[in-house]
Amino acid sequence: MRSVLRGLRPRLMAAFLLLTLLGAVAAAGASYATARNLLLEDAQDGFMNPLVEDVRNYAPRLTVPPAQQDIDEFASYLRGAATVISGELRSRTGPDLGIVPADMRESLKSSKTVIWQRRTDRPEPYVVIGIPLVHADGNTTGVEVWAVSSLGAPQRAIDSFSTAAWVGVSLVLPLALGLALFTARGVLRPVRRLGAAARALGSGRLDTRVDVRGSDELSDLARTFNQAAEQLEATQAASRRFVADVSHELRTPLTAMSAVTAVLDEDADTLPPDTAVAARLVSTETRKLTRLVNDLMEISRFDEGGNLLELDEWDISTAVRDSLAARGWTSSVDATLPDGVMGRVDRRRLDVIVANLVGNALKHGGAPVRLVVRPGVIEVSDHGPGIPPDALPHIFDRFYKADTARSRSEGSGLGLAIAWENARLHGGTIEAANAPSGGAVFTLRLPW
Amino acid sequence: MVLLVEDDPSVREGLGLALRRQGHDVRAAGTGEEGVEKLRESRPDIVVLDIMLPGIDGFETCRRMRTQAEVPIIMLTARGDDFDVVAGLEAGADDYVVKPVEPRVLEARIRAVLRRTVSEPSSVERHGSLVIDRAGLQVLKDEAKVGLTPTELKLLLELSRTPGRVLTRQQILEAVWEHDYLGDSRLVDACVQRLRAKIEDVPSEPRYVHTVRGFGYRFGPR
Repeated sequence: MRSVLRGLRPRLMAAFLLLTLLGAVAAAGASYATARNLLLEDAQDGFMNPLVEDVRNYAPRLTVPPAQQDIDEFASYLRGAATVISGELRSRTGPDLGIVPADMRESLKSSKTVIWQRRTDRPEPYVVIGIPLVHADGNTTGVEVWAVSSLGAPQRAIDSFSTAAWVGVSLVLPLALGLALFTARGVLRPVRRLGAAARALGSGRLDTRVDVRGSDELSDLARTFNQAAEQLEATQAASRRFVADVSHELRTPLTAMSAVTAVLDEDADTLPPDTAVAARLVSTETRKLTRLVNDLMEISRFDEGGNLLELDEWDISTAVRDSLAARGWTSSVDATLPDGVMGRVDRRRLDVIVANLVGNALKHGGAPVRLVVRPGVIEVSDHGPGIPPDALPHIFDRFYKADTARSRSEGSGLGLAIAWENARLHGGTIEAANAPSGGAVFTLRLPW
Repeated sequence: MVLLVEDDPSVREGLGLALRRQGHDVRAAGTGEEGVEKLRESRPDIVVLDIMLPGIDGFETCRRMRTQAEVPIIMLTARGDDFDVVAGLEAGADDYVVKPVEPRVLEARIRAVLRRTVSEPSSVERHGSLVIDRAGLQVLKDEAKVGLTPTELKLLLELSRTPGRVLTRQQILEAVWEHDYLGDSRLVDACVQRLRAKIEDVPSEPRYVHTVRGFGYRFGPR
């Protein structure tokens, strides 16, 4: 039961159903009870009152104790079928007194007022009425009038009334169920939207916002969510802006430093040994720093959305062949480059992707490095140790290093991240995986 | 002789030193206006021009220089933004390098641009109303001399060497710009645009330099 009612929807529906059922039953029950009493009383009074009146009117004419003839006349005077008894005498007309319960007979003997009982021991309900004939001075005469009346007609009215009540309840229930569903949807839809938005935000899409509709608590929540997302986005934008600014500020001094590294390299041989080592170190690290800053600027431009896609129709195999040849990798990469694979791509960005994927495979993977061009797909695989499973989800993260033992790689640590961003700019993806036969496989998919 | 237009003193000094070490005679200017002035006075072989300049920026400086001389211009882009590159090429730059630049890269670009197109002992070719004189290194259109920058001339000579054959942008980049790695094909596109503006009757409906989508360019009068 607990698990069934865990969701908001079943809980809401159960609550609505229960509430409706209780309300309907209570309303129907109350009106049923009232109507039943009214109907029965009405029917009973309609029968009993004239009878009592007749008895009262006839009383003075009756000689007490009456003879058999007096009793018969009395009985025939009365409206409705009534039996008159006096001691052992019994009127010839009127219902059989076997129907009258003994306790009523007994209690009427000492009663000076009308007694009655509703009984249901026969298929149709009925009422038994006993009227004592009382002297003008208030003493009982021993003469009794008994009458029985069926309550079948009012009972049938009551039955049809209760049927109508149940039909009403059963008609209201689906309505309540519908209302419950509607309400649940009204609550659950925004909740689901918020859930989806929160997941999107969690997965890094900080520009996620939800539509704010209405002014209830849920839309307040949506508004709060949007504010939080905005805050988060602003914080991230600020930190990225900072990286971009820092990289930018580093450029000018680096340009000056970088310009003179060649001078340091050339003259190092003529310098005292320590100074030569220092000069070479400065020049080597300046070059590395230059590459790092260049890659940082590149990734910052992606973050700022300042990169344009220049799509053009290209022969993919030719483009890849050029990329490999330009870096002297033609002989070290086993490339399958079929003719006639055309695609709308940004040639320069495709080159960056290919260069980073192949460069990564050559550096960290084992030979032979294989590249296959297929329509919509470029696959780069190596025969190295592959990527550790726990590193796979992070392989495209910035500065992520699968091998923590490697203190500082030759690259900037941004190559795969840049490749990934370039693929994304195309509306494509890069997937990293391990081949069953070992080695890493990077699959670039572009919607060309 | 190299004219270096750069506002940052350290960069000016560093690049100046590196260029001098490569055997260039270097003149330096700190602003665009000064650069345009020095261009007029000293008639350099090549201009290395920073884009981020106080006063008139690198793009405007480039445009002003283009009106004065068909001197090769290499842009130094501070940001390497696509916008900067495209705007720089449209302003008439022959090539660009991104800061921080490794001196050997800048040197290679300068050498490539400066390498004089060698005159060949071949006969004068006529393509439609275009006359290409490979020995005299000049181009006539309707018997009038067309003023081409060295890069534009090299591009035209390269394309017209094999009329009817398609050259990929990469092949053109290697032949004309001597880029030893995959270069920016926008250099070729920008230079083709400038060349078309000078030799075609209607640049948007070229007769001589045709675009072959997906591959590159083809020369051939139709």
